[in-house]
Amino acid sequence: MGELFAQYNIFAAFGMTILLTVFAAIGSLVIGTVVAIMRVSPVGVFQRAGAFYVNTFRNTPLTLLIIAANIVMIVNLGFSFSEDIARDNIIWAIIALSVYHAAFVCEALRSGVNTVPVGQAEAARSIGLTFGQSLREVLLPQAFRGAITPLGNTLIALTKNTTVATAIGVAEISGLMKQMIEFRSDLLLPIFLIVAIGFVILTLPVGILTTYLSNRLAVKR
Amino acid sequence: MDDSTPAMTPDATRDADRTTREPVVVVDHVNKHFGDLHVLKDINLTVGKGDVVVVLGPSGSGKSTLCRTINRLETFESGQILIDGQPLPEEGKALAQLRADVGMVFQSFNLFAHKTILQNVTLGPIKARGQNKAAAEKRALELLERVGVAQQKDKYPAQLSGGQQQRVAIARSLAMDPKVMLFDEPTSALDPEMINEVLDVMTSLAKSGMTMIVVTHEMGFARRAADRVVFMADGEIVEQNTPEEFFTNAQSSRAKDFLSKILTH
Repeated sequence: MGELFAQYNIFAAFGMTILLTVFAAIGSLVIGTVVAIMRVSPVGVFQRAGAFYVNTFRNTPLTLLIIAANIVMIVNLGFSFSEDIARDNIIWAIIALSVYHAAFVCEALRSGVNTVPVGQAEAARSIGLTFGQSLREVLLPQAFRGAITPLGNTLIALTKNTTVATAIGVAEISGLMKQMIEFRSDLLLPIFLIVAIGFVILTLPVGILTTYLSNRLAVKR
Repeated sequence: MDDSTPAMTPDATRDADRTTREPVVVVDHVNKHFGDLHVLKDINLTVGKGDVVVVLGPSGSGKSTLCRTINRLETFESGQILIDGQPLPEEGKALAQLRADVGMVFQSFNLFAHKTILQNVTLGPIKARGQNKAAAEKRALELLERVGVAQQKDKYPAQLSGGQQQRVAIARSLAMDPKVMLFDEPTSALDPEMINEVLDVMTSLAKSGMTMIVVTHEMGFARRAADRVVFMADGEIVEQNTPEEFFTNAQSSRAKDFLSKILTH
């Protein structure tokens, strides 16, 4: 096992996994919140656009999105962020992961919004808050609390889904795993164990944290 | 709808023998449907400054809907509603501003569940009126003192009894210095022993000159605090009168029928 750590930079590969996870989590939270606001807004066009977004990206395979980001955006259309190809691939992987998981974040938030009784919005409007203020001050803070558990699920799924980025050559852990399997087939079991345990270490705290937070911040009614 | 001044409408003149005060709320030929159900049938109502109007009627008579329509929590199809001479705007910022002037107390309290009692009362003044936090808190504490829940200021709504929550809700509305306050069955969700603490606050508000429209089943409050009783049935205002006249000498058969059912139990 020590041999593997000596021969391959396993920590760097997990580092890339964490980097993808963190940036895609931020991206998907931002996009997902915007789409969720569209879906709960009183404006029909926004509602339909939001629903279209969710239905499109939730039902598209992630691998397809990531490869499309690479081939269509970089190769065909030439949308490139960096001269460095590896860096460009990382950025497009983060974008694809964000866009895909935003659909799930949106639905998690919408389920959170549904935990907020109608009377809360009516009371907010009746004291003269605008639609935006009602959202910011009353609805979203409660919706986020109601959405913590499903958001945690999405974050865990996102962490594991970063492995798809290997399809466009991002040097994260599953890419390294393939290399290790190829060159050190004598150590198959340790290789699988290291990767599996690594992911457990990454995702278990997320689950524990969200359970703790959802108990701690639960809105008492 | 031509904009003849409210005082010139026939209904306002009819009301004028009851109130010579300047009108704060004018409901003018308002109609509303829920699907096929005609819930508000050509409603006309003028409420003068300082008037306390109690709306009575059997359930399903449209009295809650009327209350919510005045605040535009419900839309309506025809007619108009004026608050302090201004027609209710359709949507957007102007409507929000107008709502800030119309206090509303709900049957189910609807305190903001994630905010403390003090934050519940200061949210409107800070966000909708742009007051600074210190001034808003000072005023909020005075109001909480007035409704008798100042000691609970740092608790969350779920930690308070129903009666306390409803008194906080009244303080929250008062913090906006409303021109008129609407009460939509404020005691219907309360345990019997808590009803009086809320009615007492409402009675003292009425005495202090607040303009109030109260939808309720509390006949005692209607007798004690109301200037006028409005009786609704099947989406119509059937009759309106002073409380003594209404309770002792109701004119319409529907009002007599209603009173016989509630006063004999």
